[in-house]
Amino acid sequence: MIEKALKGNRSYWAWVALLLVCIGIGLSAWGRQMSLGLGVTGMGRDISWGVYIAQFTFLVGVAASAVMVVLPYYLHNQKAFSKIVIVGEFLAVSATVMCMLFILADMGKPQRVLNVLRYPSPHSMVFWDVIVLNGYLLLNLVSGWAVLGAERKGVAPPSWTKALIYLSIPWAFSIHTVTAFLYAGNPGRHLWLTAVLAPRFLASAFAAGTAILILISFILKKTSGFDAGQEARAKLTVLAAYAGVANIFLLGTEFFTAFYSNVPAHMHSLQYLFFGLDGKGQFVPWMWLSLVTGVASVLVLLAPRLRSRTGWLVAACTGLVFSIWIDKGAGLIIGGFIPTPLDEIVVYMPTLTELSVTLGVWAIGLLLLTMLLKVAVAVKTQE
Amino acid sequence: MNQQRREFLKKAGLGALAGLGAAAGIIPTFALEKTDPSGFPSKPVPGKVRWGMLIDTRNCREGCAECVAACHFTHNVPDFSGTKNEIKWIWKSPYEKAFPTSSLQFPSHDLEEREVLTLCNHCAEPPCTKACPTEATFKRWDGIVSMDYHRCIGCRFCMAACPYGSRSFNWQDPRPGIAEYSKTYPTRERGVVEKCNFCSERLVKGQEPACVEACPGKAITFGDLNDPSSRIRVLLEENETVQRKPELGTLPSVFYII
Repeated sequence: MIEKALKGNRSYWAWVALLLVCIGIGLSAWGRQMSLGLGVTGMGRDISWGVYIAQFTFLVGVAASAVMVVLPYYLHNQKAFSKIVIVGEFLAVSATVMCMLFILADMGKPQRVLNVLRYPSPHSMVFWDVIVLNGYLLLNLVSGWAVLGAERKGVAPPSWTKALIYLSIPWAFSIHTVTAFLYAGNPGRHLWLTAVLAPRFLASAFAAGTAILILISFILKKTSGFDAGQEARAKLTVLAAYAGVANIFLLGTEFFTAFYSNVPAHMHSLQYLFFGLDGKGQFVPWMWLSLVTGVASVLVLLAPRLRSRTGWLVAACTGLVFSIWIDKGAGLIIGGFIPTPLDEIVVYMPTLTELSVTLGVWAIGLLLLTMLLKVAVAVKTQE
Repeated sequence: MNQQRREFLKKAGLGALAGLGAAAGIIPTFALEKTDPSGFPSKPVPGKVRWGMLIDTRNCREGCAECVAACHFTHNVPDFSGTKNEIKWIWKSPYEKAFPTSSLQFPSHDLEEREVLTLCNHCAEPPCTKACPTEATFKRWDGIVSMDYHRCIGCRFCMAACPYGSRSFNWQDPRPGIAEYSKTYPTRERGVVEKCNFCSERLVKGQEPACVEACPGKAITFGDLNDPSSRIRVLLEENETVQRKPELGTLPSVFYII
């Protein structure tokens, strides 16, 4: 089936070539990082996780959002999702691969990565994250590929795929819950030390991931003529809107708990991110941009007259993704380190090397997604 | 219950136990026998070593950094200018930074000026060892939170987990940052985390930690917290002491007299 990814028009190959160039840039930057050490990044003693872990966190959400099409289609027999379900599964596959690459890029000794399996430590959330991420990757890749293969041959998918698909539904929740627990389990980091972190992760994932699915469906329609269907998009739009509302609500509860209770340690990180602390506020414009864009996007998605128009829908989905990308893909992770355990404000600025590696990982993920979707579209449009 | 059924249940129980035992043997992490944490409750346990440290900040001289120099020389801790790639095992922090959650309303001038020695607390409930996915950082039988540099994958999860900022990461090759090599402790590689080890390499030789030995004001006392006759316990008995961020439940083994 994979040979279908090797046939395409000029613009397809131009896109692949662009991604390959980005991958090349990423690889050369990674080579530099490998030879000189993580000191070439903007991370340091006080802010010891940066763009890599932040992107990993955002992308786990994107991966988890596949459940937003898998669940209604397989569990509630929502036929409208029949064409987009494979897109969701393949998006999950590529997002999970990016997650793993970002973890690998962040490691000081990537050559020792197998130590995680050689010395399994169930007390560490990382151990569980490795299990859920790898499991989720396999579940989506195997079931998606098998169902698509059966469709190509015009036969019913093998019965074991059903079991995998059903398993992938709770598994999707687990990947983002465990990832939230990575942060929420640290006693000294007050921004993360909150019971709503996992629900917040899920809400933001279902908002951003679903918005990405809608955007991909438009891109596919434009570039390949493959239409996932107006009805599927309309249903996804509603899901994204409510997930977006839940996300904003949960953020509001964080503010209430911190500021009404007036406990300094709980307020500091939020103050730093949204208002600035001790005269320093690197993230203030970004966090407000994220908040305003997020609220505006959700309002558009909630208004039937606006969301039914393609232009508004694309803008709102883009806005929602952008808003959550800032919130989770930057603010949450960096903000967790500020103030430091010694109550200091330290500024983090990613370096060119770090950004190049990030670009490279995104390009690898997009290339994988492009090829998988190329196969899926080829199979689907044959009929 | 009839005899037959009783026999069956007995055998089934034994079989399950044998199965678990076998699984425990094959997969050591699933062993039912858990690590013995008895040395680390809030109350001391006689006969079991738990190393601890008491720092009398009143005797810690202003401007003096003999302990820092001794520790960093002994352990080949590199010195890089700037804080970004900095490695430190023991250092001096202003009082309000070492104890950010303690009451700071109307502090005395003296307290505001005071610098406090900060280092790994060798917690009885260390969040770092819980976070480590490979047990490269682990709690020893004697309460010391130790590092296996050869197992560390450099994920820095322990750094995120430590509420005291007591861990450093080798962002670059540490060796060019070492002015004078000490032969008492190995140098590290780039890409691994490191921290204070309570001088475990000196303790086995019957020596005191390097910082204790180097302190001109005798401000640091080191000893077994589980031994009621140890000097550290006598001092803990006689003085009012505090620990850093006690509200987190990490049970530090480092105490302070303010």
